[in-house]
Amino acid sequence: MSATAFLVAATFLASAVEAVEALTIVLAVGLTHGWRTALLGVIAGSVALAVIVAALGPALVSVIHLDQLQVLIGVLLLIFGLQWLRKAIQRSAGQRAMHDEDAIFQRQVSSLGATPDPVKSDIDWNGFVVSFKGVFLEGLEVVFIVLTFAASRDGALGPAILGAVLAFVLVCAVGTVVHRPLARVPENTIKWVVAVLLISFGTFWGGEGIGVEWSLGDLTIPVLAVVYAVAGLALTSMLARRTAALRMRTEGAA
Amino acid sequence: MKYLTGFAMFWWDFIVGDSIALAVGGVAVLLIAAGLVRADQQMVVQLAMPAIVVATLAVSLLRGDA
Repeated sequence: MSATAFLVAATFLASAVEAVEALTIVLAVGLTHGWRTALLGVIAGSVALAVIVAALGPALVSVIHLDQLQVLIGVLLLIFGLQWLRKAIQRSAGQRAMHDEDAIFQRQVSSLGATPDPVKSDIDWNGFVVSFKGVFLEGLEVVFIVLTFAASRDGALGPAILGAVLAFVLVCAVGTVVHRPLARVPENTIKWVVAVLLISFGTFWGGEGIGVEWSLGDLTIPVLAVVYAVAGLALTSMLARRTAALRMRTEGAA
Repeated sequence: MKYLTGFAMFWWDFIVGDSIALAVGGVAVLLIAAGLVRADQQMVVQLAMPAIVVATLAVSLLRGDA
């Protein structure tokens, strides 16, 4: 394999890993909070990324500290993911109604003292922020990958960009194909899985940002997802038993 | 003033939501992990982070946060 082909392949693979991570988050937001919300996050994240890249160019590497960004995004994903998983577990255990987001949204809007706009109210800002952050952080990592490979030798910028663009196109195509079958999965199941993924990404990125050297590298993310899924199932089962026992006591007393 | 309070409440709801245990836990996970990294406990931190995350979730669920 020639040096140029190797460079394209290396950038393609490294960028594909990051693009798949972004796609996972965007699909998750789209399936749970609507495609309009997810795509708005993608557009806003892409525009923010383009502006930063255009303004800073190769100086980006020395200006933006990826580790600090990872900590900030990691902690927010952890908190959002934990909130979503808690609600999904409470729904599965029968402790909470299956659809209560509309009431929550109305509460948030009324706390701002505004009347909900029927056109704008189908955008979920929690989902938007998650989608935006996923695209922005992963996009930034792809930019760093391209710049790192481009710095390896003269004339390497073109092949490095080609590898990243090929990865982006392939991952977008995969996302377009898989989003329809995923939409048939029950809503609370999707929310449950999405929350597990957000917590996994949050743990991984937050950890990386503060200097954790994950032994399994990027493979840590699916391992964390399995750990959180098992823990979530155990907590769902425990809470369901507790809720059932409480109901029996209440009915017995009535 | 009313708008400032509303704005602050929006962000509180947005980040903290209805369970302060989760927000505190999410930050605590990274603070504890940072301490372990400083103490050069790389293996411990990889086990401790998911353990604290699960414990945080369990506490929030068992406390019966809305």
